[in-house]
Amino acid sequence: MSKTTTGFTNKLEIPTPREKLHHPMDRYLRTERFPHIWCATCGIGTILTAFISGLEKSGLEQEKVAVVSGIGCSGRAAGYLRLDSFHTTHGRAIPFATGLSLGNPELKVVVISGDGDLVAIGGNHLIHAARRNIDLTIICINNFNYAMTGGQAGPTTPIEANASTAPYGCYEFPFNLPFLAESSGAVYVARWTALHIRRLAKSITEALLKPGFSFIEVICPCSTLYARRNRLGTGLDLMKFYHDNALIKHGADTREIDIRYQDQIVVGKFVDKDKPTFLQKRDKFLREKLGEKFIPYKGPQPI
Amino acid sequence: MTYWRVPLDLDQVEIPHGNIQIIVNQCKGCGFCVEYCPKSVLAMSTDFNRKGYHYPNIVKRNLCVNCNLCEIICPEFAIFVTDDKPRHPDPEEVLKGGGNHEG
Ligand SMILES: Cc1ncc(C[n+]2csc(CCOP(=O)(O)OP(=O)(O)O)c2C)c(N)n1
Ligand code: SF4
Ligand code: SF4
Ligand code: SF4
Ligand SMILES: [Mg+2]
Repeated sequence: MSKTTTGFTNKLEIPTPREKLHHPMDRYLRTERFPHIWCATCGIGTILTAFISGLEKSGLEQEKVAVVSGIGCSGRAAGYLRLDSFHTTHGRAIPFATGLSLGNPELKVVVISGDGDLVAIGGNHLIHAARRNIDLTIICINNFNYAMTGGQAGPTTPIEANASTAPYGCYEFPFNLPFLAESSGAVYVARWTALHIRRLAKSITEALLKPGFSFIEVICPCSTLYARRNRLGTGLDLMKFYHDNALIKHGADTREIDIRYQDQIVVGKFVDKDKPTFLQKRDKFLREKLGEKFIPYKGPQPI
Repeated sequence: MTYWRVPLDLDQVEIPHGNIQIIVNQCKGCGFCVEYCPKSVLAMSTDFNRKGYHYPNIVKRNLCVNCNLCEIICPEFAIFVTDDKPRHPDPEEVLKGGGNHEG
C-alpha cells in the first residue's frame, strides 16, 4: 500500500471478512460498514432485512433501484445498502428522490426514513409527492419519536406516551399516517410492524412493482429511547406486544386506524388502486394540448 | 400434531432441513431468533461474544425446518440458514408431537 503526499493511503482497505461467513444478503449490503450503528434490540435492522427480501422477490435489477434516506436512526438505512444510495439532509429525502425519479424515470426510487424525517420536517414534501403521484416507494419507519436526537416527541407520538420533550406524557394529537397518505393521493398504502416480517416483505415487493406513490408505515421498536422512557422493556418486549396487539385487517378504512398509546395496532394493506403517475399524466395531458409539438423527456441519453 | 402410533408411511415423508450459521461476533443479543423460531432450535448462550452480548446457541439442530425466520428477523444479519438435505421425521419425535430426524 503506497502513501500519498498527504499521508493518506490511497488504496481502500479490504474489509475484514466477517468470520469468513457470508450472509446471503451480503451482496446487498455495504458489509465494510458493519456492524451497523443501531442499538441492541432496535427493529430497524429487521426492516432492512425485509426490504432486501422484498427487493429480491420483486426481480428488479440491483442497478435500477436507488434508495434515499434523510437524517435519523432510520435514515441510516440507505448508507448500509449496496445500491445507489443517498443520505440526504433532514426532511429532504423525498424532494431528492423526486428529482432522481423524474430525471431518470427508469429507476425505481425508494425512500427509507423515519417518522420525524418524513412527517415532521419533511411532511410537506410527503403530501405533495403523494398528491402528484410521483413514482416513489416510501418506507416510513415509525418508532413514535425522534430517536437519534434523544427521544423528543414528534408528529406520531401517541397521546400519553412519555418523550424527552413531553415528560408528563404527550398531549398533542398525532398523525394517522395511512390516512394522511391515502387522503394525499397515494395509490398503495400499508402498515405493518417489525414483527410482521414476511408480510412486510410482500408489501415491499408489491409497492416496488406498483407505478406511482406507494407508502408503507412500519411500526418499529426503539429500545433505547421510546421503550426505555416509557418503561416498556426491550425491543423483544415490544415485538411481543405487537404479536399480542396487532390486528390484520386488509382494506380497513384508514380513517379508523389511528394508533393510541399501547393499544391495538391495525395492520394490513389498506389501499391498492391504479392512477396515472405524474409523468404518465403529464405526457398524456401535454400531448393532447400540444400535439406534434410535444416532445416527451426520455430520461438520460448516452452522449 | 400428535399421533397415537408412528404413521406407516413415515419413511416416505420428507421434511426440509436447514444448516444454521451464526456470525457470533455480529450478534447483539436481541433474542428475536430464539423467541420466534417455530421449532425452538435456538437458545441464548450463557457466555458472551467479543462485544459482550449473549448470542444464540443451536440446541436442537435436527429440528430445524429451514423456514428462514431466524434469518429474516435478525436485525444484525448475524444468523442465516442454508439448505440441507431433507430428512425423514424421527418416529420418537413424531409421537412426542415434534418433527425431524435425529442426526
Ligand atoms: C435541519 C435539521 N434539523 C434538525 C436536525 C436534528 N435531527 C436529527 S435526526 C432528527 C429526528 C429524526 O427522527 P426520525 O426521522 O423519526 O428518525 P429516528 O431517529 O427516530 O429513526 C432531528 C430532529 C437535523 N439533523 N437537521
Ligand atoms: S435510539 Fe432507538 S431507533 Fe435509534 S438505533 Fe437505538 S433503538 Fe434504534
Ligand atoms: S430456519 Fe426456522 S426452524 Fe431453523 S433455526 Fe431458523 S427459525 Fe428455527
Ligand atoms: S436475532 Fe440476530 S442479533 Fe438477535 S439474538 Fe439472534 S442472532 Fe443475535
Ligand atoms: Mg422516529
